[in-house]
Amino acid sequence: MAYPANYRYTREHEWIEIDGKTGTVGITDYAQNSLGDIVFVESPKVGDKIEKGKVFGSVESVKAVSDLYAPVSGTVTAVNEELANAPEKINTDAHAAWIMKIELSDAAEAEGLLDAAAYEAFVKEETGH
Amino acid sequence: MRYLPKSPADREAMLREIGAASIDELFAIIPEEFRLTRDLAIPRQMGESEIVDHFQAAAARNANGYASFLGAGAYRHYRPVLIDTIVQRGEFLTSYTPYQAEITQGTLQAIFEFQTMICELTGMDIANASMYDGSTGAAEAVMMAIRVTGRDKVLVSRSVHPEYREVMHTYAQHQGHDAAEVEYMREGAQAGRVDLAALEAAVTEETACVLVQSPNFFGVVEDIPAIAEIAHKKGALLIVSIAEALSLGAVRPPVEADIVSLEAQSFGVALSYGGPYCGVLAAKEKYLRQMPGRLVGETKDSQGRRGFVLTLSTREQHIRREKATSNICTNQALVALMATVYMTIYGKQGIKDLALQNLAKADYAAKSLGQSGKLLFAGSPRFHEFVLETSETPKQINERLLEDKIIGGLPLGKWYPELGHATLWCATELTTREQIDRAAQVLAHAPALAAR
Repeated sequence: MAYPANYRYTREHEWIEIDGKTGTVGITDYAQNSLGDIVFVESPKVGDKIEKGKVFGSVESVKAVSDLYAPVSGTVTAVNEELANAPEKINTDAHAAWIMKIELSDAAEAEGLLDAAAYEAFVKEETGH
Repeated sequence: MRYLPKSPADREAMLREIGAASIDELFAIIPEEFRLTRDLAIPRQMGESEIVDHFQAAAARNANGYASFLGAGAYRHYRPVLIDTIVQRGEFLTSYTPYQAEITQGTLQAIFEFQTMICELTGMDIANASMYDGSTGAAEAVMMAIRVTGRDKVLVSRSVHPEYREVMHTYAQHQGHDAAEVEYMREGAQAGRVDLAALEAAVTEETACVLVQSPNFFGVVEDIPAIAEIAHKKGALLIVSIAEALSLGAVRPPVEADIVSLEAQSFGVALSYGGPYCGVLAAKEKYLRQMPGRLVGETKDSQGRRGFVLTLSTREQHIRREKATSNICTNQALVALMATVYMTIYGKQGIKDLALQNLAKADYAAKSLGQSGKLLFAGSPRFHEFVLETSETPKQINERLLEDKIIGGLPLGKWYPELGHATLWCATELTTREQIDRAAQVLAHAPALAAR
């Protein structure tokens, strides 16, 4: 699956789509594919303050529970309630099934993130093919 | 898992296979100063008949034929012989924790039934496959509440079993959370229960949970709905610890609680000098993912047949390492099975009848023994334990009782110095009227020197 060019990515396999001061965050197709069938998403609460690089939730598959790391710092403005009853939407379309929206506290933080080409190269390097 | 002894030839073959010249070479990685270079100082082996004699002689030194009024978290109840018949079956007795659903359907089904019965008993939605005992169960419940709420302040009533509190403080010390104690009422209509006003003053927006025990350490039933209201008003969870599972046959289950932690020893588990016992955690369904330990789920196989699996183990230590919900990675499967068989034998009505019988025995004992002292907390509802304050010291009383082959109440001074000469007494269905009358008689006839 192609990685959207307008998204930015982390080395922990989250994506973020930034629109002005708002960021929409999810996990990448590579991440969902590695995890397998996702059965539960532990989301933050609206109003939570999150910090770049820190854990803001977790995704649970039948194999493992993986932490979610914040791509940027900010305040949570929305969480995708749909995932509570249909976490498998992440497996179906990881780049559309967002987990949370945040208001960025420092837009400059996004500059350090990977673009689609760099992320794709990173995944190739990590998987060795 | 069977024990397979190894012959010298087996050892040699194994060493050859891994390429080690000797056992010493295998352990060369251990620094020399830590290696034991002499034989273990153990006595020579005994013949079978010697072993039988040895253990018979040891058993004869036990306090057989004594009447006991001890309770305080370890209770004497009748154990139907069927329990041991079932748990001693090799399929149950020798199997280890059931990782592989394909080969452990029987064990998993037994655990699933245990979980189901515990839910019915406690009024909770979910129960795990069991914990080590009531004390570690309570401590795990506290850590669970901390994970659920994201807060780290804990309030525990002083009417909770002192040893449960000790275990909880040990956990707290290393987990870095803060546990404060709340006093119980000494006087008035609520005497023996947690001090609700003090509790209300202590609960804040930072409180993760309130831990109470009911029936509490004094045998008194706590006002769970009132405590729940106080805790929930500030967003704290309520944990109810129950040291006497049988009480649920007579006492309303703590349905207002968020987490219930139970000691199921009373359900067919021998006293065994303090363990192994059987802890239980049950909770509301919304806390499922923060529940520690094993959980068995019902499912269907590829052909649509009913089957059982260990479920939600992705948060356990062997998979999630240092981020696991708990370091418990097993359960008390065999002991939980004893409880399952026990609950099956007695059934819903049987457990109710038995609980009422315990209640009646304790009531008679309290009235009889109460003639020789003052019953503390007498105005509050209780189950099968009561606190008696006497003018003589507990030591004096218990020494006289022992001469009559009676083990008296537990002295409370060690944990509750403010209660003076108070002892905690328990009567169960195994306590006979004759034993109670005899104990009351000994108590009433204090020697002249100790007379009031």
